[in-house]
Amino acid sequence: MAEYETHDYDVVVVGAGGAGLRAAVEASAAGARTALVCKSLLGKAHTVMAEGGIAAALGNVYPEDNWRVHFRDTMRGGKLINNWRMAQIHAQEAPERVLELEEWGALFDRTADGRILQRDFGGHRYARLAHVGDRTGLEMIRTLQQHAVHRGIDVFMECTVTRLLKDGDRIAGAFAYWRESGKFVIFQAPAVVLATGGIGKAYKITSNSWEYTGDGHALALWAGADLMDMEFVQFHPTGMVWPLSVRGILVTEGVRGDGGVLLNNAGERFMFRYIPEMFAAETADTEDEADRWYTDKKNCRRTPDLLPRDEVARAINTETKEGRGTPHGGVFLDIANRRDADYIKRRLPSMYQQFLELADVDITKEAMEVGPTCHYMMGGVRVDPETQASTVPGLFAAGEVGAGLHGANRLGGNSLSDLLVFGRRAGLGAAEYAGALGPRPAVDQTAVADCAAEALRPFEGGGENPYAIQSDLQECMHNLVGIIRTEGELKRALEELAVLRDRAGRAGVEGHRQYNPGWHLALDLRSMLAVSECIARAALERRESRGGHTREDYPQADPEQATFNVVVRQRGDEVALTHEAKLPMPDDLRQLLEAT
Amino acid sequence: MTTPVTLRVWRGDATGGDFREFQVAAEEGEVILDVVHRLQATQAGDLAVRWNCKAGKCGSCSAEINGLPRLMCMTRMNVFEPGQPITLNPLKTFPVIRDLVTDVSFNYEMAKQVPAFKPRPRGPDGTHRMRQEDVDRVQEFHKCIECFLCQTVCHVIRDHPENKPAFAGPRLFVRYAALEMHPLDTNDRRQLLQDRMGLGMCNITKCCTEVCPEGIHITDNAIIPLKERVVDLRYDPLWKTFRRVFRLRDPAAVPGP
Repeated sequence: MAEYETHDYDVVVVGAGGAGLRAAVEASAAGARTALVCKSLLGKAHTVMAEGGIAAALGNVYPEDNWRVHFRDTMRGGKLINNWRMAQIHAQEAPERVLELEEWGALFDRTADGRILQRDFGGHRYARLAHVGDRTGLEMIRTLQQHAVHRGIDVFMECTVTRLLKDGDRIAGAFAYWRESGKFVIFQAPAVVLATGGIGKAYKITSNSWEYTGDGHALALWAGADLMDMEFVQFHPTGMVWPLSVRGILVTEGVRGDGGVLLNNAGERFMFRYIPEMFAAETADTEDEADRWYTDKKNCRRTPDLLPRDEVARAINTETKEGRGTPHGGVFLDIANRRDADYIKRRLPSMYQQFLELADVDITKEAMEVGPTCHYMMGGVRVDPETQASTVPGLFAAGEVGAGLHGANRLGGNSLSDLLVFGRRAGLGAAEYAGALGPRPAVDQTAVADCAAEALRPFEGGGENPYAIQSDLQECMHNLVGIIRTEGELKRALEELAVLRDRAGRAGVEGHRQYNPGWHLALDLRSMLAVSECIARAALERRESRGGHTREDYPQADPEQATFNVVVRQRGDEVALTHEAKLPMPDDLRQLLEAT
Repeated sequence: MTTPVTLRVWRGDATGGDFREFQVAAEEGEVILDVVHRLQATQAGDLAVRWNCKAGKCGSCSAEINGLPRLMCMTRMNVFEPGQPITLNPLKTFPVIRDLVTDVSFNYEMAKQVPAFKPRPRGPDGTHRMRQEDVDRVQEFHKCIECFLCQTVCHVIRDHPENKPAFAGPRLFVRYAALEMHPLDTNDRRQLLQDRMGLGMCNITKCCTEVCPEGIHITDNAIIPLKERVVDLRYDPLWKTFRRVFRLRDPAAVPGP
């Protein structure tokens, strides 16, 4: 029996983005011995790329705003399939979480009277996003990172968890490897918080970084936890499209929030043709009204450029498909002709720099070319709204890897607030669970040996190149499980995924275990393939169109199917699907949805 | 349009290594990180390289490109002389782990020693009121993406690794400046900067400012004002008298928690 480096903790948090950091801070504050384990260096997680802001009904710009309106916007944006209790908690607690960040050193942009400034974003009735120019995520992760460091939390950087360890039904710890040395490390801990983010690297065009391989989704699935809403994948409407090198890189919704508009190749503001009935009453139907809305929200309705992301992404998809796109297959996003250069540079400094340096486009002088990019996973681990506990005792999940808050489609800005609100709750939930535990679960040494053997398999000389398998997977998911789906294509995807899984079993890597990206990818492929299968199967199961899930063969939303969530779980080698009925919403909340 | 590129990539580990030459294709509009990824995917699957966002926002992919410290994701291929080989080697100031990946833990250790942010109490209405003008100058420092290019180029530690234990480096000076100029902070880190963080060792050659991908005026806006503050602390005659009269301890003598 090999001896591996072993650590004992009360709570192990996997992932060090906003949710992981916030969870670790809370768990540690609650007295739990806490470890933070992350695949990259501290401070490099995906949160760093978030641009637009944190949605919180502070009411600093519009005193009319409050948690009830935020709740309503979130539910309607999610096409009412959200977990209403999570949406309620989120809307109620987000303001205090933002103020707490300020207490820890974050510096948000200010209003004229010195309070936190808020900006407009898609689907939010009022200007609601606390922000720092267009680099809010950087401010947030740095603030949390520094706060965590000062709390003395143990951080295991560039350390990847490959399996969760269990004792019977309960979590007993996690198995990981150091990327630097390739050596294994065992965490013995009764509570694990997954905060691993999303799955975008399974898709060809994505705003996500290499880390987003669905690790937490897969770890939870393999540990027997329920995954929910896996059919709902968000394509952000505005990713860069040219040059190919930058295809998919995010262009913040803040461009539209700050006055930018979408145009097709005829110069038409096409979004006016795509206003869905659900949002017709609150959306401007003339350019004049839309333009006045930026400064007069009392008398004007919101511009359709700021409809929820699913609506805008589908509209752009249709425009380009029908031949009204730009030379590089996107649409135009123009702020140059709408706002002066100083304003643009002040409000959107990193967009200005990104386009100038990577695409030779000066956004203060010319329009950007943009198109949909795989951006966010609404689906994930099914959790208890209060504690973020999964269906496996000792396993918690927060942030993008969790499911429920965003329903079928996430509103911009609700992600960063999600990380703070539910990161905190998960950290607290995990610490309380660990603290209340009697005898601790024990790590099973046979399972450890299996984990080690599994992790080393790519060195046994299989002939498949992991990079080629990932590229084929991305092609498959992009073409067959993308923005618009059909039964035939989803079935073909499942066949292709089976072949890819087989190939991944034969993935081989050259070299040794020390900092070997080919090996790391070969291991990440397991997660990407498992998650991709869940997405395709859930997408096949939901025979309607709703939010981030559009079926060409079932183009309408079906009210009957709003009554359940699709839940995926692994039993033996099989992935099983069930419909889980949604809990009825209390009347007081239901009334909020109907308020205008 | 595809063009062939010759990459000379340093490959090796802590025990040594050397440059290997590779022929790789580059497509129009690409950055050097794209070419490195293509090399990885087709010829050198185990080539060690750090990266995350590929959009200049995370600061992971720092390397020395033709001898200049830069972010690989923000270095366009069209800045290079066509036909000339491009050399890539790891950041010189930090110990090599493997290939282009270095051990940057020095920076994280130095960050642990920064005395924490300590805000004044909230105002009577339960909020912190701050003017945008006061926030602006600190927001410049908060733009730092921790790519550590300023650290690697700083000759105090680049040429003299023995200085590392006593020199925080430009990145950390930016962090100290952000805290010292934060409108809400009440901690005082001046004595620490002078005594243990080596602020005095910086002789303001501005190498750090030149390589900053975020355009932070590290020397002018962070380091020089910090130096002035430290000087004020030592030589402010008014403060000295005040201290003597009230028998106060030097507030900067205690670095805080």
